[in-house]
Formats: sequence, C-alpha cells, structure tokens
Amino acid sequence: MKVTFKIWRQEDQNSKGELNTYPVEGLTEDMSFLEALDHLNEELVIKGEEVIAYEYDCREGICGQCGVFINGRAHGPHDHMTTCQLHMRSFKDGDTIVVEPWRAKSFPIIKDLIVDRSAFDRIIEQGAFISSKTGTAPEANAIPIPKAVSDRAMDAAACIGCGACVATCKNSSAALFTSAKINHLNSLPQGKAEQHERVNAMTWQMKEEGFGSCTFTGACEIECPEGISLINIAEMNARKLKSLFFGD
Amino acid sequence: MIVVGSGLSGAGAASTLGELGYDVHCFCYQDSARRAHSVAAQGGINAAKNYQHDGDSVYRMFYDTLKGGDFRSREANTYRLAELSAPLIDHYVQQGVPFAREYGGTLVNRSFGGVQVQRTFYARGQTGQQLLLATYSQLYKMVKAKKVTMHARSEMMDLVTIDGKAKGIIVRNLVTGQLERYAADAVVLATGGYSRVFRLSTLAIGCNGSAIWKAHKKGAYFAGPSFTQIHPTALPQSSEAQSKLTLMSESLRNDGRIWVPKAKNDTRIANDIPDEERDYYLERRYPSFGNLAPRDIASRAAKERIDAGYGVGRLKNAVYLDFKHAIERLGLETIQDRYGNLFKMYKKITGIDAYKQPMMISPAAHFSMGGLWVDYELMTTVKGLYAIGECNYSDHGANRLGANSLLQASVDGYFILPNTINNYLVGEMKNEHPDTAHSAFDDAEKETKAFIDKILAIDGTKTVDHFHRELGKVMWQECAMSRNEEGLKKAIAQIEQIKTAFWSDVKVTGGDGLNTELEKAYRLADFIELGILMCTDALQRNESCGAHFREEFQSYEGEAVRVDEDYSYVSAWEYNKGDFKLHKEELEFEFVEPTVRSYK
Repeated sequence: MKVTFKIWRQEDQNSKGELNTYPVEGLTEDMSFLEALDHLNEELVIKGEEVIAYEYDCREGICGQCGVFINGRAHGPHDHMTTCQLHMRSFKDGDTIVVEPWRAKSFPIIKDLIVDRSAFDRIIEQGAFISSKTGTAPEANAIPIPKAVSDRAMDAAACIGCGACVATCKNSSAALFTSAKINHLNSLPQGKAEQHERVNAMTWQMKEEGFGSCTFTGACEIECPEGISLINIAEMNARKLKSLFFGD
Repeated sequence: MIVVGSGLSGAGAASTLGELGYDVHCFCYQDSARRAHSVAAQGGINAAKNYQHDGDSVYRMFYDTLKGGDFRSREANTYRLAELSAPLIDHYVQQGVPFAREYGGTLVNRSFGGVQVQRTFYARGQTGQQLLLATYSQLYKMVKAKKVTMHARSEMMDLVTIDGKAKGIIVRNLVTGQLERYAADAVVLATGGYSRVFRLSTLAIGCNGSAIWKAHKKGAYFAGPSFTQIHPTALPQSSEAQSKLTLMSESLRNDGRIWVPKAKNDTRIANDIPDEERDYYLERRYPSFGNLAPRDIASRAAKERIDAGYGVGRLKNAVYLDFKHAIERLGLETIQDRYGNLFKMYKKITGIDAYKQPMMISPAAHFSMGGLWVDYELMTTVKGLYAIGECNYSDHGANRLGANSLLQASVDGYFILPNTINNYLVGEMKNEHPDTAHSAFDDAEKETKAFIDKILAIDGTKTVDHFHRELGKVMWQECAMSRNEEGLKKAIAQIEQIKTAFWSDVKVTGGDGLNTELEKAYRLADFIELGILMCTDALQRNESCGAHFREEFQSYEGEAVRVDEDYSYVSAWEYNKGDFKLHKEELEFEFVEPTVRSYK
C-alpha cells in the first residue's frame, strides 16, 4: 500500500510551520496509522532527516496522549476512535493524507504535531477531586449507590483527556471535558459536599485558559473516543445555575 | 522529596506525602500525570472484603497470592498486601471511583485467574483508568495545595548519590532537552515495568526500564529480573511493523471458553467446528480452575498447543476465546454490560464482531514481577532510595495473579511508603539538605551528557527500532515463556552482539532538543543491558517456578518443577562494572508450607 502524507512541520511554538509532503510505500492495511508514521520516521532517519514529532503512549485508546487532525477530522475518519486505534485499512491505496496538530489557542504547538494540553491539568487542579485524606475513608458499602447513578458517573468518568473535543470545536470550547469531570464527581454522594465550589472553580478556570464557549453543535460528542454525551454540558450548566442559588 | 513516575504508586505516594507535609516534586515523561500506564489496566483490583460471602479472608488472599507466585515472595509482604486490600477499596470509593454496583447499591465482584472466590472489584473494563484518574485528582489536589510540584515531560536520566545515599536525580526536560538537577532527602522510584525489553508487549510504547537500570548501576540490587509475566489473552501479532500488542482483559476468561480445534490445520471457520471437535485444553488439563488457571499456566498451555500445530488465525499463532455458551446462558445484554468496551475495542482493531464469532488471542509480554530489590519498608539497597509499584520486586514472587497489580501499586504508594519512609527521614533530616551544587551532581550530569552525546555522534546506518526488533526477537525466543540453558547462553552472546552493533551503527537524527528518536535510543541502550541480566538470571535459576519455566525442569505432564532445596531464595543481583554478582535472600516460610503448585 502506498500513500502520500502531507504533514505539518513546525520547529517550535514561535516559528512558522508548513505542510511537507512525504510519499510512503510499503505499508500494509493491518498497520495502525501510527505504525505508518513510525515507518515514515524510520525512512527519514535512514535519509538523515529529522523525525516527525508526534505523541502516543499506550496505543490502545485509553491514555489519551495521541491525537492529530487527519484529513480535517480529529482522530481521523471514524467517530469515537483515537488516532492510535485507526488502521490503514481505513484508507485507499494512493490516498493523500493530511496530518495536522490539534488546533486551539489554548493548546499551543510545541513541535510538529505535538501540542501543550496542560490547560486540562489546570482545570482539574481547580476542583476535580474529593477533599479527603488518605486513610480517612468510611467502609465502602456504607453508602449504597444505585446502579443507575454509578453507571452514569462512569459514563462521564470515562473521558481520556485527549482534547479532541476542543480541537474539533469551532469555538475551541473545553465544555465537554470539563462537564464530564464535574458530572462524574457531582453525581456521586462522595462528591456532593463540594459540588458547588467544584462547578464554579472548574468553569472559571476553563475561561481563564482561553477556551471558548459552547454553542451546542455537538461536534465534540462525535469525535470523543469515549462517546461522552453532549448532555453532560447541559447538566453542567444546570449545576452552575443551581450553585448560584444553593452555593455559598 | 522526589517521586519519579505518576502512575498509581507514584501519584499515590506523592499526594499522600504531600498530605503529610513534605515538599514533593513528582516527575513523569508523559505530557500529563494522567497518562501513566496504570491507566490501561482493564480487569480489576482484588480485595479481601468477602462481600460475596463466599469464604474469602485476608488469609485466603494471602495464600492465593503466595501460591500464585509459586512461593518465591516473602510471606510478610504478601500478607501485608492482602491485609491492606480492604481499606484500599474504601479509599477509592471515597475518592469517587465508580466501581460496578448491584441494583441494591452495593459493590459487585467477579473472579480472576488463580482464585476460586469473587474478590475482584471493577469499573467496566476500565478499572485502571478509573483508579489512576482518582489518584491523579488527588495528586492535583496537592498541587493546588502547593505541596506537590508536578514536572511533566521530564525524564529521570540518573540517580545522584552522596556518601552512598540517594540525594537527587538528573532530569532531562523532554521539550528543551536541557538537563536539570533536583536534590532531595529521599528519592522514590515508581517507574513501572520493563516488559518493553521484548519490544512487542502490552505496555505503553514509552514504558522503559531506564530509571531502575540507572539506579541499579548506582548500587541498587535488581531482584528476579527474569520473572516477567506473559499474559495469555492479548491480540496476536499480525505483522513485522507492529509496535504493540493489545491486551484483552483476563476478566474475559470468567465467561469465555478457550479452545483450539482437535485436528491440526483445521481450515473451517470457528463456528463451523462442532463442540466435540474442539479441544477446551484448559478445562481438560486443569479441571478445577479451568479457564481461570493463572496467567503463566494459561500462557504456557496456549504456547504448547500453538507449537504443536493447533494454532488458529492467518499466522497460526492464536487460540480461540469463545463467548457462545456464555451468551446462551446469560444473554447478550449481560455480556455487553460486563465486557462491552472490550468487545468494542476488539472490533476496532480487528474488524471482527466477537459477539458472533470467537475472539482470537495469543500470549504477550505484560508485567515484570522482577525489579529493584526492596526490604519490608520498600527501601532498595541504596539508602534513601525507595522503589514502589511494578518497578520493585516485592509481593508477586515468580508470577502475579490478575488484579493484584493495581492493588500492589496502590497500597505501596498510598499506605506503605508514606509510613515507612519516615523511619529513614527521621535520621536524615537532621542533616543539611543536599545541594545541587555538590560535585556528585556535576559528575552525574556530565555522565548523562556524555551518554547522550555519544549516541548522537554514532551516525551509523540502522534505526533504533531495528535494534529494538532484534533485541525483542532474542528475548521472546529465549527468555519468555519457555527457557533452556543452551538458548539462554546463545541469547546472552547475541545480545552482546546487538549491544556492540548498537553502539557502532545506530543512527539518530535531530539534535539534543525535543527529539523522540533520541528518547527511544537512550531507553533502548538500557534495555539491551537489562536483557543480558534477565538471561543471566534465568540461566542461573536451575528450576521452574511461576513464569520462569526451564524446559529441563518439568514433569512428564509438562508442569513446572520447583527445586526448593536449592532455589528457595530471591535472587538479588549487584551491578559490578558490566558484570553481575548474585546475592541470595533466603525465603523463610513460617505459616505456609510450600507445596507443589497445582490447579488441577
């Protein structure tokens, strides 16, 4: 299998980038997309050129570190899939594949296809935790949690923090990411005590980082590898409103 | 305090040490602490809660774990692991982990290999992710409290010792390539497993053994290096170019049945082969544990069938894992609820719907029981250097039971280390804090710089991945599921050749700034040396135990034969200028009589 990659190369945050063209041969359909890039990088090394910088770690769709725009879509042509799970069988022999980094002001480019997503960590830092110290927990079955509640919390908690939601959003909104975490914790009895502070602190930080507002186009839900529902954002807004009345 | 690694053990330790008031610096090579490979554990976490009222107890869990490890771990450590398991579940529930629940609201359990009770807690097939995210949240709670400073995209390059005590590390900033110095009263390594030495494994691509290898070279003994677990249920390799083998959780063996055709080279599709022409070989060989035989045994049994010519799939390198009977018995919905995301993942990768036809699975390198030798307080042989989680050798002996990995990483980080480390610090903190201007830091930084410059200067003709594939082939062939004297001797010679070739012919382009190729190269340089130690260890141990199966030591039925008279000890290797010196820690069994490990 033979394809032509057009890949964004950029030395660092302050330099100007451009798309470079790389014809690649000798690929097979059962190679993953990242393995095809590995293959290209090995060729570049042999030619004495600098390798393309891109991110990955687990390569099984759970760590959230990989993520690029492929032919104009976050994580490539399929819904609900990470870049590392994409295989070359999704492309045709002779295809041109355009690969770009996540596009969002709050995710500045570090090099080539690598962006800085530390803004997500700072949103988490503001309140995505339950303030109880190690060693102070009550017996696990002391507070029964209905299966439906626990399942809903799990649906939201499944977020892998890849940033595809932000990258695909025309406003670069981080509402899906932030709401998923808020709803995970706020829906559980253990997270209730800090629910109002949490929703306020995290949404405040989201704005502070320069993420845009949500206009409910739903693009994020389609690209989310975990299929986190758009309803989470509505729920976050409701929780925010609730905190105005019931918060401190 | 320095904590290297931000997985379950590292982030757990960093946050808890922060709560205790220490000033903690935590490092990870990924872009965020949330990526650590604990995230990928699927099946669950064990705890002796006896919620299912099926006769579980701390003693029973202790016994299962000790037996699972083929009596090659310390009794006391293993007992402590079982003892701390129950409060750990309380802890995670309090942190907001959405464990699976019954309709009545209580917690659900399932079974895992090597165990006949239900003691595994889980959050769908994403238990590791949920535990890690909870731990990451706690870590950032302490970042907010300004007790922990998180350094992402930062890789430990060397350990700094002053007067034989661990006093700091040299770190490479992976964005700028700058070398940085950090000093501390104690250094905690929580850097995970080294199974990427096989290249193809279920581990994340970035997982490496460099931090513990550098510590080993600075005096920390390396225990049981050849004890690496081969997981029975991963997706089979499909091509040379493959970079990773994806794990299918062992929990699938709760309901899935493993089989191969009774006839060799049976070309029919799986669903066309009637039941009487299928060989459910685990059920046949191990009737009382059946499909839930421990991992080492299940992997070896799969290898035995594949090698004998009964393998399935295009490359004849797989066996079937079939849910047909489970779906008939429990209904499609229950199976979807239990394993939905695993089936989805399987379909994404292979394009096959496993609800309709059996999965094809194959053994893959997965976990390292071996690691830095630690005492009961988790301190290595270098004073002030601690190793926690997968990177130490402590509780699992020669084989780890499923769902004990998240457990060990968590209790090491949250419960044990924050208590034991004070015993060392109480003496140490009376002295002056170490200073990064000390000459030991100069030396370590210079050494690191020379190491990197040397790699960049070779400018040979072959890529890093080329050498990694070569190393992986040798290790997989000679030092994985089945080993023998001749093969191991050959392997050591071959790895020596790979080492020479690497240092004269590797080509790394780009400079010493952000350079992913360079990162791969310096990690591989350490893997090559580690590979030699692993083979040396496997060669020295003239017995079969757990994951270490020496072909010369097997019963006529092909089961492992342990030699307690000669090998009832932990092998702790000391680095000695490129050579290794063996130290033995005799294992004393006060409460349990080591028996033949039978799952029949």
